[in-house]
Amino acid sequence: MTTFTTKYLGFTLSSPLVASASPLTGNPEMWERIELAGAGAVVLPSLFEEQIEGDAFALDLARDQGTESFGEALTYFPDVGSVETDPDRHLTLVEEARNHLSIPVIASLNGTTPGGWVRYARHLADVGAQAIELNLYDVVTDPRQSAADVERRYIELVEAVRAEITIPLAVKVGPWFTAFAHFAAALQNAGADGLVLFNRFYQPDIDLDTLEVTPRLELSTSAELRLPLHWIGVLSGTTTCSLAATTGAHTGDDALKLLLAGADAVMTTSALLRRGPEHLIVMEAEMRAWMEERDYDSVEQLKGSISRRNVPDPEVYERANYYQALHSWKPTSPAG
Amino acid sequence: MTHLTDPGCRVVVDGNEAAARVAHLLSEVIAIYPITPASPMGELADDWSAKGRQNLWGVVPEVIEMQSEAGAAGVLHGAVTRGALATTFTASQGLLLMLPNMFKIAGELTPAVIHVAARALATHALSIFGDHSDVMAARTTGFVMLCSSNVQEAGDFAAVSHASTLESRVPFLHFFDGFRTSHELNTIEQTTSAQIASMLDDSCLSGHRGRGLDPDRPVLRGSAQNPDVFFQAREACSPFYAAVPRIVQAKMDRLAELTGRSYHLVDYHGALDAERVIVLMGSGAGATRETVDALCAAGERVGVVIVRLFRPFPTEQLLAALPPTTRTVVVLDRTKEPGAPFEPLHSDVLSALWHSPPQAWPDGRLPRVIGGRYGLGSKEFTPAMAKAVFDEAARDEPRNSFTIGIIDDVSHSSLAWDPTFRTDAARVRAVFYGLGADGTVGANKNTAKIVGDNTDLNVQAYFVYDSKKSGSMTVSHLRFDPQPIESTYLIDQATFVGVHQWSFLDRLDVLTVAAPSATVLINSPYPAEQLWDRLPIEVQDAVLSKGLQLHAIDAGAVAQAAGLGGRVNTVMQTCFFALSGILPADEATAELKRAISKTYGKRGEAVVERNTAAVDTALAHLHRVPVPESITATRHRRPAVAAGADDFVQRVTARMLAGEGDLLPVSALPPDGTFPTGTSKVEKRTIAIEIPVWEPDLCIDCGKCAIVCPHAAIRMKVYDPSALDGAGPDFKTKSFRSREVPGLSLTVQVAPDDCTGCGLCVTACPAHDKSEVKRKSINLRPIDEHLEVERIAWDTFVDLQEADPAQWDPASVKTSQLRQPLFEFSGACAGCGETPYLKLLTQLFGDHLLIANATGCSSIYGGNLPTTPYTVNAEGRGPAWSNSLFEDNAEFGLGIRLGFEAQRRAALDVLARLAAKFSTEIDGRLVAAIVAGVEDADDLGIRAQRARVAELRNAVAGLTDPDALHLADLAGTLVRKSTWIVGGDGWAYDIGAGGLDHVLASGRNVNILVLDTEVYSNTGGQASKATPRGAVAKFAAGGKSTGKKDLGLEAMSYGDVYVAHIAMGASEIQTVKALLEAEAWPGVSLVIAYSTCIAHGFDMGNSMTQQKVAVQSGHWPLYRYRPGEGELTQPFQLDSAAPTVPFADFAASEARFSMLARSNPSRAAELTALAQADVDSRYSYYRQLADLQRSAPAHAGTIVADDTASEGGEE
Repeated sequence: MTTFTTKYLGFTLSSPLVASASPLTGNPEMWERIELAGAGAVVLPSLFEEQIEGDAFALDLARDQGTESFGEALTYFPDVGSVETDPDRHLTLVEEARNHLSIPVIASLNGTTPGGWVRYARHLADVGAQAIELNLYDVVTDPRQSAADVERRYIELVEAVRAEITIPLAVKVGPWFTAFAHFAAALQNAGADGLVLFNRFYQPDIDLDTLEVTPRLELSTSAELRLPLHWIGVLSGTTTCSLAATTGAHTGDDALKLLLAGADAVMTTSALLRRGPEHLIVMEAEMRAWMEERDYDSVEQLKGSISRRNVPDPEVYERANYYQALHSWKPTSPAG
Repeated sequence: MTHLTDPGCRVVVDGNEAAARVAHLLSEVIAIYPITPASPMGELADDWSAKGRQNLWGVVPEVIEMQSEAGAAGVLHGAVTRGALATTFTASQGLLLMLPNMFKIAGELTPAVIHVAARALATHALSIFGDHSDVMAARTTGFVMLCSSNVQEAGDFAAVSHASTLESRVPFLHFFDGFRTSHELNTIEQTTSAQIASMLDDSCLSGHRGRGLDPDRPVLRGSAQNPDVFFQAREACSPFYAAVPRIVQAKMDRLAELTGRSYHLVDYHGALDAERVIVLMGSGAGATRETVDALCAAGERVGVVIVRLFRPFPTEQLLAALPPTTRTVVVLDRTKEPGAPFEPLHSDVLSALWHSPPQAWPDGRLPRVIGGRYGLGSKEFTPAMAKAVFDEAARDEPRNSFTIGIIDDVSHSSLAWDPTFRTDAARVRAVFYGLGADGTVGANKNTAKIVGDNTDLNVQAYFVYDSKKSGSMTVSHLRFDPQPIESTYLIDQATFVGVHQWSFLDRLDVLTVAAPSATVLINSPYPAEQLWDRLPIEVQDAVLSKGLQLHAIDAGAVAQAAGLGGRVNTVMQTCFFALSGILPADEATAELKRAISKTYGKRGEAVVERNTAAVDTALAHLHRVPVPESITATRHRRPAVAAGADDFVQRVTARMLAGEGDLLPVSALPPDGTFPTGTSKVEKRTIAIEIPVWEPDLCIDCGKCAIVCPHAAIRMKVYDPSALDGAGPDFKTKSFRSREVPGLSLTVQVAPDDCTGCGLCVTACPAHDKSEVKRKSINLRPIDEHLEVERIAWDTFVDLQEADPAQWDPASVKTSQLRQPLFEFSGACAGCGETPYLKLLTQLFGDHLLIANATGCSSIYGGNLPTTPYTVNAEGRGPAWSNSLFEDNAEFGLGIRLGFEAQRRAALDVLARLAAKFSTEIDGRLVAAIVAGVEDADDLGIRAQRARVAELRNAVAGLTDPDALHLADLAGTLVRKSTWIVGGDGWAYDIGAGGLDHVLASGRNVNILVLDTEVYSNTGGQASKATPRGAVAKFAAGGKSTGKKDLGLEAMSYGDVYVAHIAMGASEIQTVKALLEAEAWPGVSLVIAYSTCIAHGFDMGNSMTQQKVAVQSGHWPLYRYRPGEGELTQPFQLDSAAPTVPFADFAASEARFSMLARSNPSRAAELTALAQADVDSRYSYYRQLADLQRSAPAHAGTIVADDTASEGGEE
């Protein structure tokens, strides 16, 4: 029988299919279903830098509003003792997930700047997270900030988080780097144990009724998998980092393609949100059927077998690819 | 047992906490109800029980909030009747509501303790402040009365009271002065639980339990007795009272054995050969003891007797306490009993001496006794005043029944005092001026605890609060000294003055409290080197003449950089420690951080970090201010009120606004509490940081900005364009869109000095710039950049004539806002959800409006001096407003209405008689028109009726018939008057529910407006029966488990009550219609208005949008129940759609709900699910109601007919 395990961030996962951060993984009622459906690991929803910074303060302001101003009402709320801020509740969620799941629990942290909030990486580890997925992304609108500035800031942040924890650290980034291969190497040097490719972002929309800008995030489709596939194919074999693909994996075929390109793990979110955790069973069955049909012994065997390093013509992964694709429509010989 | 005699740990607490701790330790049932200044005792008890703190017997006391103090007393009575240990806390009117049960509890010889933070009773006015008028009203109840005079005693005597009541079986009223003791932080030695336990006698406890009502040993209590035995039975209790003094002294002695703190029923302090002795109770003892010490040191023979046990009166002990050399006894009472020969303590001391044998005194002459009143309503009582009393006692013919602390130029009762006589010797005396929102008081409480915990210094902290809820100033008085601090009065010679808001320097004489060479710390937005030149003449003069040391920091900038917004407290606190040198610098920093960690630790690391960052960065920004040798300023401080205000305002209001109210003589004040309205406009508080600025090119004339403004600081006016001739170039105008009256211009104008900057108007504005959506027709802009222009524009705007209300049907948002608000610039919180309704009420009916207002937020921002927001129109007409009490407002309003109707019937009778007698002088058609028009309700009708009545007055002016004179008095009632009964949910749902129900059932033409904040807002967020399920409130710290009472349904059950459930933020037009319909309905109308409140815990700048979400979630459905007069109709109309927002989403946006989700997630989830079920079931029920047909009971129309008929004749 085909061995379905994969190495990711130093763990041996029972499956390369990982349930990525979403409301699904944040719902304790879903955890058992996710595990039973065969997920190799679970990534919990992200704890955001601004959430850590802002939540406690917002509640603090709400509770302090009007206090110590007027002799009849020096406060407006009872002292309910310690309250769990969003970050506290998140830690509780991680702790509960760790207690309920036997597959690795990866906590996700989302931020853009080094700062005091980074200690939450340690807190997440303390409550049982087995790895941290650091999600880097901000919209840089300040014209004074260069690409190099942004990359430097991100690297410093990875270093800061690395310094807080001893558990594996994966870094999730967006695809919009001018020299991604270089940046990926820098992330590895900064202490990343894995790269998660790629982040998908909220993008603004405009509500024609209210004339307000509304951020939206559409669920992904299989068509989107080629961007991670491209860069995983490029990076596979060139980095010590584990590689995870995280956009567009909706079917077993999608997952196979990403593994073939070099992914160590395939994360799926949209498909599970659409079809439920049990869709993992379907994906796995599709993958196993394909592998058994072609006599693959294991996932490890096929991982990266069609990466840039392992294809006869590495240029297919390069810019020339586009050129060649066009040319491929031409007749191969004048006589043909 | 050695531990039993430990002195106890030193703690810094206030009197409320000191007493409540003991009460909680020694009780099984605690029945509570909020009332200032006793509320914190109940809140603490509730908080401790919620957290599982146990009493001495290992049981968590049951704490229950009742619907009123009467209810709390009933529960107390029941609990002790059963044999449980029970207590309650109260003050003022609350104690009055307990009186009936107090007679019962005492009459039945049942142990109980009531702790009272003594407060003035409402007489000519309400006062939340301290005096003894409340406890003196309880003198006859049979309760023992024991008085604490400071924070230490509040804890000690609480223990003595609980221990003594068990032993004596007589219930105790333990009291201490409201605010001065209840709210003063002081260093005390806290008696340990073991020590308290050892003061109790187990057999007495057992006896109490054994007497408890129990079917296993049944008895009957509360019988009715006849003339044959009642008297004898009443006398049977006398031995128990006779034993009380001995029992109390024994408990005091036991306390002394345990702690070393010795007390007696009456304590004497002073010269052993004193000739002049003051006798008093309560916190005035502190100032008097200081005075005695100072005078004795100067060789005078004076002393003070402090009475601790007031009932039973300790005659023997009082006589024993007075030195035999005493020649004059001066009794000071902190209460006034008009008409009594003397005040209560004075009378008791007189009686005691009267029965004293003359031979007990050296030359066989009894000392003479005089008495006076002091300190009413927390009036300051200082050593200078105590000295004046001693000086008076030295006179050959001293005044009796004098007053001290005021200037009485009416009855000439007052003694003069020399304010330069001072005894205040505390090493550090610091006064801080802060804004409510900047955290100054909280920081100073922290400072007091830091110093108390980390040094050997004793600490005292007292805080003076503003009468306004927005932009309010707080003044903190902190003393630190190696000796215990007894100075029970405000600091007037501060060694340190902190001015935490720059604007105060321009408004108030904040340096008058500075002692020579004092250190002054100013939070200045300007660099230190520029600061001097920005000070007004008066401040520069004070700095130079007193040799003050000026320091400055831009605390706002430091706080902002640390992410603390406008809360400058941590920054200023750090600077205080650095400048005062109370603690070594490093230690101070470490302790500050520890205190921050303790205070904010529960709120998350981010909050701690930001405050810690502020500590770390503050001192680098603190600078000494260079001071030249002479005054360089050319401008004066702003006058309290602008020139041109009327005489009363200039003479009285302006003084109060300037903080000089203490200097007003008796003659300046109305003797019956009647004040002119229209005074808030003179204040010009200028508290906004940003103000709305109008962009006429975008305006669509909708009026939404004006209708939502809580402070009437955004106005609309329409006028003929020619009215602007001569207006300045900056005055903005546009043409007004109107089909009915074309050709007019419109201006939307901010009152820049009266705006609080809450931003509701901007949120409400629907008009965007098509090319730049962020630009609305009204936008918040920095006040500094717009103040001068907008001030000029506002003056121009005010001078424009108000639109003729008769020209516009008010039944739209836009047209309602063309009417002059007669409620403006209140001191309510910025973004207040209540005041827009009141303002609208005055716009619709203001010139013929009578308001009965329940005590609560609306009576405070409506009627708390120095100014009132109710005002008058150009004709001098406007709302006439009164507040009776908290509990009786519905009845009070009904009484006003009945009084009016009776007068109107009388007027119609007189008119009919006169018309018959003087048919030539009085036009019969005029009379008929007047009779027909008494209920004319629209503007034209009222105007016409006023004209007719004026004509009638003229017609009868020359008549000498007695009826003509009566008619002159009563003719005003022939014009329609509108009666509105206004109050909050605490009144309508709880304490006033019985009366409200009775008025709802009355069928009379009164309108009731319930401003429902779903919590006791004014007293600080205690749960009411309007509090929704799942909300956290005081007394419901675990989230309210039951649903909200459906008051509207209760009212609808009568069938003839107009009921509306409104929320302006969800539908302004439904709000306008509901108020108009309520007014038009000739029976009872009840309008329940959703009123967002800071006790909900969200940014009040979103007040109106939050109301919208409340409606969208189904939490607050909109409806109107419009009974038809006789015909079968479908009276219930649901005005809001089916809920579209999950209740959980609404709840997540308010701290009152989300706090529970963070403190107890599983309970929050459970309650949220139940709350959603409440929403669903209520909507379903209302949907069904909407289909029901119903007719109003017939009597509604009958009353209306009677009401308006010239024949009069009620049933």
